[in-house]
Amino acid sequence: MAAGAAATRVDVARALRDAGFTALLSFGLFLPLVGFQTVNDFQNKLIVVSRWPFLFGLVAFVAIARFVFSVTVVTYLEQRRQRPVAARSPAREWIRRWVAPFAIGFVVIYPPLIVAINGFGGAVKWIDNFGIQILIYVMLGWGLNIVVGLAGLLDLGYVAFYAVGAYSYALLAKAFGLSFWLLLPLAGILASCWGILLGFPVLRLRGDYLAIVTLAFGEIIRLVLINWVDLTNGYAGITGIPRPTFFSIPFTADEDGFAAVFGLEYSPLYRVIFLYYIILALALLTAFVTLRLRRLPVGRAWEALREDEIACRSLGINTTNTKLTAFAMGAMFAGFAGSFFATRQGFISPESFTFLESATILSIVVLGGMGSQIGVAIAAIVMIGGTEIMRELDFLKDIFGPAFDPTQYRMLLFGFAMVLIMIWRPRGLIATREPSVFLKEHKSIGADLIGEGHG
Amino acid sequence: MADASGILLRVEHLTMRFGGLMAVGDLSFDARQGKITALIGPNGAGKTTVFNCITGFYKPSEGRIGLRHGEAALWDELETLTDSGERRLTRAQGTLYQLERMPEYLVTRQARVARTFQNIRLFPGMTALENLLVAQHSRLMLASGYTLLGILGLPSYAAAERAAIDKARGWLERVGLLARADDPAGDLPYGGQRRLEIARAMCTDPLLLCLDEPAAGLNPRESAELNELLLAIRDEQAMSILLIEHDMSVVMGISDHVIVLDYGVKIADGAPEAVRNDPKVIAAYLGVADEEVATVEAEVGL
Repeated sequence: MAAGAAATRVDVARALRDAGFTALLSFGLFLPLVGFQTVNDFQNKLIVVSRWPFLFGLVAFVAIARFVFSVTVVTYLEQRRQRPVAARSPAREWIRRWVAPFAIGFVVIYPPLIVAINGFGGAVKWIDNFGIQILIYVMLGWGLNIVVGLAGLLDLGYVAFYAVGAYSYALLAKAFGLSFWLLLPLAGILASCWGILLGFPVLRLRGDYLAIVTLAFGEIIRLVLINWVDLTNGYAGITGIPRPTFFSIPFTADEDGFAAVFGLEYSPLYRVIFLYYIILALALLTAFVTLRLRRLPVGRAWEALREDEIACRSLGINTTNTKLTAFAMGAMFAGFAGSFFATRQGFISPESFTFLESATILSIVVLGGMGSQIGVAIAAIVMIGGTEIMRELDFLKDIFGPAFDPTQYRMLLFGFAMVLIMIWRPRGLIATREPSVFLKEHKSIGADLIGEGHG
Repeated sequence: MADASGILLRVEHLTMRFGGLMAVGDLSFDARQGKITALIGPNGAGKTTVFNCITGFYKPSEGRIGLRHGEAALWDELETLTDSGERRLTRAQGTLYQLERMPEYLVTRQARVARTFQNIRLFPGMTALENLLVAQHSRLMLASGYTLLGILGLPSYAAAERAAIDKARGWLERVGLLARADDPAGDLPYGGQRRLEIARAMCTDPLLLCLDEPAAGLNPRESAELNELLLAIRDEQAMSILLIEHDMSVVMGISDHVIVLDYGVKIADGAPEAVRNDPKVIAAYLGVADEEVATVEAEVGL
């Protein structure tokens, strides 16, 4: 250990040398760029002026920044590289064990907590824009995780199944007046039928080819929704979709509405809280089913398929059926989420189901770490919550002027954050795989051994 | 070879063409119940192609591959099966399969032929134990009620899973990997991966085990251990093994019957001793014409 400690000690001499070299380089670079400036003098002639203080200030800043970087970040990285990998601290074990119960506990008490903090008026935004919005994407991420993370099939058209679920609910509810709770499973079944329908012709394709065909499928669904005006009302979308009721008590201000029946003062918040708990239940159902499936033969077959398809075939696994079940299962959860989306919005149009949505869901799965439930949840919170929080940064207007709108920069920021995460953790936030079963000791499996799937 | 009583697998006039290339030409041989049959030959002789045809990964251009579950009298029905166009024929004495008519997963699941691969194909990101559980997919799938009952958490599946784990544990112990049961398969040493692949194939409950170069990349001590393992599998489970191998210590040490291929054609077929001294085999391995064999043998001191 002594040798290891010596090697990782802060190497000041090297950092100084590094900083000096950086200073030299930046001096050479900035001298023509910053050091001299051409200006018009009072006779309107172009003359060169030198800006030595600015130049040297800049060079000094770069050198100091480089020195600090070498001393802190580089040393930290060195140390991390030398740390034994196998060590599994009790603290991490504890976190692994308790993070899920704590997270579930938190999301369950989230609405009353927000109401207590912000009062009735301010809570709607936090529960609706943050809570419900994030949970929809957590659920979609978990659903897509089955297809991409477990079975290793790259699906770029996942939003198509979301759209099928949303339109199934909207059309059936408006045409036949069926209730949300009846249509929810029906929308899931319809979406998974479409998943199988798509799956049959395309699952013989692999990798990039599969991705392109799923992308095309997503676009086909969207274009059908736009152009089949008789059924879907085209771009105008479907309005007046029935809202969910609490055991057939509607959330309205009437005297038979929810508030009146329970003797409460009317507030739109009740419906929002009700919707929040519906999507929470749906998301938890997705997580629960996925965790169960991972321990069932079909889940192990999905992961085996991702690892090595030919070996799967040699073990008597029908790979076509196995892929189809993954597609159908993922599509079913998207269908659930879609019908929830329709009832929450009360209005849907093809605009909500663009390729950008598929890309967002896929990046949640990839950033979170393919196959990891908690990673996907964190990524959804960061991606969607991050977008929403941009709207709250009004203080930036004081700095950059009233014309500054932080939400306009969100794609830039996300692109940047995504690049950083992919450099820092190329296999996603949580890249390790937890074995579905163990004999003596539960050991996480490092990302370097896990296959990514080839379609 | 008129005695058909012990024949488990019967390959007849097997031909496999890839475009203009004839990889296997009119190959016929039998593999016997409870025996180790080795398929040897120089590189590119078509051995792995024969394996891929038997296990359903390739559809042969011509020929048929019969496999019987049950009594030897079934072989009389082979013509009936071929004429019927069906995959299998069930009689009171058992079932007869025609493997070239079946997709690869049914060859394993129904006809119970398991295989390993020349370049190891484990699931590297799954633990050794999980690898062996994936191999028991069909049975567990049934026990989980095609997933539906399993999601509800019915106890019947839990019992089936426990049985599967016990079976996997038995095989891990057998191949000396019990201590590494919870390690990812990709982390095992090369020899361990080879043994795990054999254990995984055995977990599918095969009647015929096809091993594609199981000793490739093993050191002499590991090869000797492999010999013991294969002999034990043959003797204890009455397993029939079909083996492709280059390592002559393995082939000559454990085979009951050797078939030699060269350029896709069978050039010798018999007991290991007879094959070893066959001039045609020596010629194929040394790369000389038949009439020069005596000279070459004299030179190399055979």
